[in-house]
Formats: sequence, C-alpha cells, structure tokens
Amino acid sequence: MLTKRIIACLDVDGGRVVKGVQFLNLRDAGDPAELAFAHSKAGADEIVLLDISATAEQRKTLLDTVRRTARELFIPFTVGGGVRTLDDASAVFDAGADKVSINSAALSDPGVITCIAERFGSQAVIVAIDAKLTNGGAYEAFARGGRTPTGRDAVDWSREAESRGAGEILLTSMDRDGTGKGFDCELTRAISDVVRIPVIASGGAGVAKHFVEVFQEGHADAALAASILHYGVTELADLKQELAAAGIPVRWPC
Amino acid sequence: MTIAIVDYGAGNLASVKKALDWLGQDSIVTSDAGQVAQAEKVIVPGVGHFAATKTLDQRGLKDAIETAINRKIPFLGICLGMQWMFASSTEAPDVAGLGVFPGECVHFPASVKSPHVGWNQLHLLGKSRLLGDLPSESFVYFTHSYRVPPVQDTVATCEYGGIFSAVVERDRLFGVQFHPEKSGPIGVKLLQNFCGLKC
Repeated sequence: MLTKRIIACLDVDGGRVVKGVQFLNLRDAGDPAELAFAHSKAGADEIVLLDISATAEQRKTLLDTVRRTARELFIPFTVGGGVRTLDDASAVFDAGADKVSINSAALSDPGVITCIAERFGSQAVIVAIDAKLTNGGAYEAFARGGRTPTGRDAVDWSREAESRGAGEILLTSMDRDGTGKGFDCELTRAISDVVRIPVIASGGAGVAKHFVEVFQEGHADAALAASILHYGVTELADLKQELAAAGIPVRWPC
Repeated sequence: MTIAIVDYGAGNLASVKKALDWLGQDSIVTSDAGQVAQAEKVIVPGVGHFAATKTLDQRGLKDAIETAINRKIPFLGICLGMQWMFASSTEAPDVAGLGVFPGECVHFPASVKSPHVGWNQLHLLGKSRLLGDLPSESFVYFTHSYRVPPVQDTVATCEYGGIFSAVVERDRLFGVQFHPEKSGPIGVKLLQNFCGLKC
C-alpha cells in the first residue's frame, strides 16, 4: 500500500542547521549532512533542506552543503529557499538534489514551474505555498517567506501550480506554523481534495497525534516534520509507530 | 570494465551515479554510443515523458544498447528506462520502445491521485537475481504516472489503483519501476546485486 510520508525538514543558514528556541534565537543544531543521514537512518521518508538565508553570497555555501548532504543520502532529497530560475534549479540538481521547492519565484512568474518541469520532470518540482486565513474565511497565498501578501487565493493558486507542471504541493499554514497546536486540517483538505498531485502538509505539528489528524482529516499525502524532530531523531521511530497504531500506512520498519 | 549510465537528457542522472560511486563501482554517465556498446553493464535511468526516449533512437543509443544486449551483458532499466524496455506507451503512441518485454505502458486510472509518489511495497512473485534475498513487502520509492501491467516476466508487483509490474526480469534483462537509488538500504542492495552479476 502507498504509505504516508514523514519528511524531515532542515533549516540551513550559512552551511549549518539552525533551529529557533522559543521562536526567537537561531541556535546552531548541527551539520546538515550528518543530521540528514541521522534522520534517514531513523526512518525519515525524505529530507528537505531549506536555505533560510538564501542570499547571493551564501549560494555557493548552499551548493556545497547540498553536495555533501547528497553524497551519502539514498532517499529523496529536496532543496528550497532562493530557487528562482531554471539555472538555480539546475545548479541544485547538479549538486545532488532530486527536487526543488519554489515559492516566491513561482508566484511572480508561474512560467518558471513549467520551465523547470519540462527540463527535469514534474516529479522534481515542488511548489511551496504559504497560506493564511483571511477575514473572509478564504486562504491567501503569501510570498517572501510569509512577508508579502499576494491577494491570490491559495486554493486557486494550488490548481494553477498543478496545471503548470508542479509535481507536489508543500502547503504551510502560516496561522499554525510554530504554534505546536496541530496542522490546519481544513486548509490541507481544501487543497488536497482539489488537486491530483500529492500535498505535503506543514506548520503546527506538536505531537504525534497531529500527524494522525492531518492524514485522516486533512487528506494529506505527506507531512513535514521540523521542530518536532529537533528534540531527538529517535522520536521519528515513535512517531511512525504511533501512526501505524492509528491505522495509517507508513514505511515501518524501514 | 565499467557500467555505462546512459544519458539521453531525461532528468537527473547524478543520483544513480552517486549510488554506484558509494558502492565503489566504476561507472560513467555517457551519451556516447560507442561507450555504451562496449560497456560491461548498461543502466538506462530516466524520469519524465516517454517521448524523451526518442533521443535514444536519434543518438544511435538504441542500436548501441541492442548491440550490448546481444553481447549478453546485464542491462537495467529504471523508471522511464524500464517502461522503454516494453513495446510502447500510451503516453507517446508514435514512439517505439526497445520491445524486449511485450506489453504497453498505460496511465493510472482516474480513481487514484497521479503521479504515484512515495514509498510502496514490492510483492514478490518468484525468484529474482536482481532482488536476491530481499524480503517480499519491502518498501521502495516510486514516482510515475504511467505503469506496465503484470506480464510473464514480472517478478514483483506493486498495488496502486490496481496491480502493476514493479520489477521485470528475464535472463540478463532487468527493469524496475521504482528508484533503487532513492529507496534507502533496500535500493542500494538491489544496485549492489546488479553490480555483482556476472556477464
């Protein structure tokens, strides 16, 4: 049976994994290559590396990090953050990534989705959507790391991203991100039910039960685990066993 | 003595090369027909549209692969490379496959999300030199929208919107619909089995 995926997410700044402590300070949490390998060994189904600084001068560092991380990683590996053009994507693929995640660049020029998909295949293109609930009850897509409202309806945007060649949607609830209160199942379901491509839910995971909810009620195909894993990689095993006990198909043991 | 990983512009071939490097196996990524025809073993990877396999014809690579196969060397098709080993695909009806396995590649039914992305299980039907002693129901990573129905040479199936061929094998010809280079220790073991096959 096709399993629900748990994707370990590493935020990288200047070649190191960083994590927020109480959402304030960024603290060094280790070497990306070592952590990716540890997560993979512990049962992560995929690894996502997000370049949170993504400044021009750090691109070289990032590519070097991607290369080192990819070397011993034999599960799918996605890189996001600052990927704006086909050339950016090519460089990241050359360094060993299997997929790129694009967000702001796709919003300002949706043609870039098609451009990368035609060259590397749709399976290699994840469109990341940061969505926030508006007063009207709809979800709006935000650009630039959640800083810039776009006026675009997130559900409409997900359909357009699909039609332009996206292979997956990485959907982050800005309302839930960092709260630990659980995924936004309503948002996830609203998008998962209207697209034919897999939806990866992100934002709000605090306990294992939240993953059960987003798979059962949110109809997610995969879920991103970030801060929940930073307390110890062995917890991935606990998470997967809890999912299995709830009747969710997972890759376990792996 | 080296493994030729055939480059025909269909997706990212670095990950297959990387896995073979990690296994300490000598390999080259090449689009040179001469190198392919002379190789000790040949791998055709690839993701994307079936029409991309037309390039194999245009660059003389199809002939080179047939020459290599006639020398009885082990051959492995991965994902699109496996689909290309069949006669045809409804994705590009005017493009002929290699045709070493009979059958046609078809799209997943509308009843399931497509592409089929993620980890799914292999159901073993019989003995396989490629799979060796890997247990049935092992998890491997798939990403594809078209699939081949089970045929006589299918040695492992997978279930998603119906049963389809996950591994085909006959003599020295092998095809896998999933990505061994992305399937963790199980996939690495499979590649190791392939590397260890004698000509």
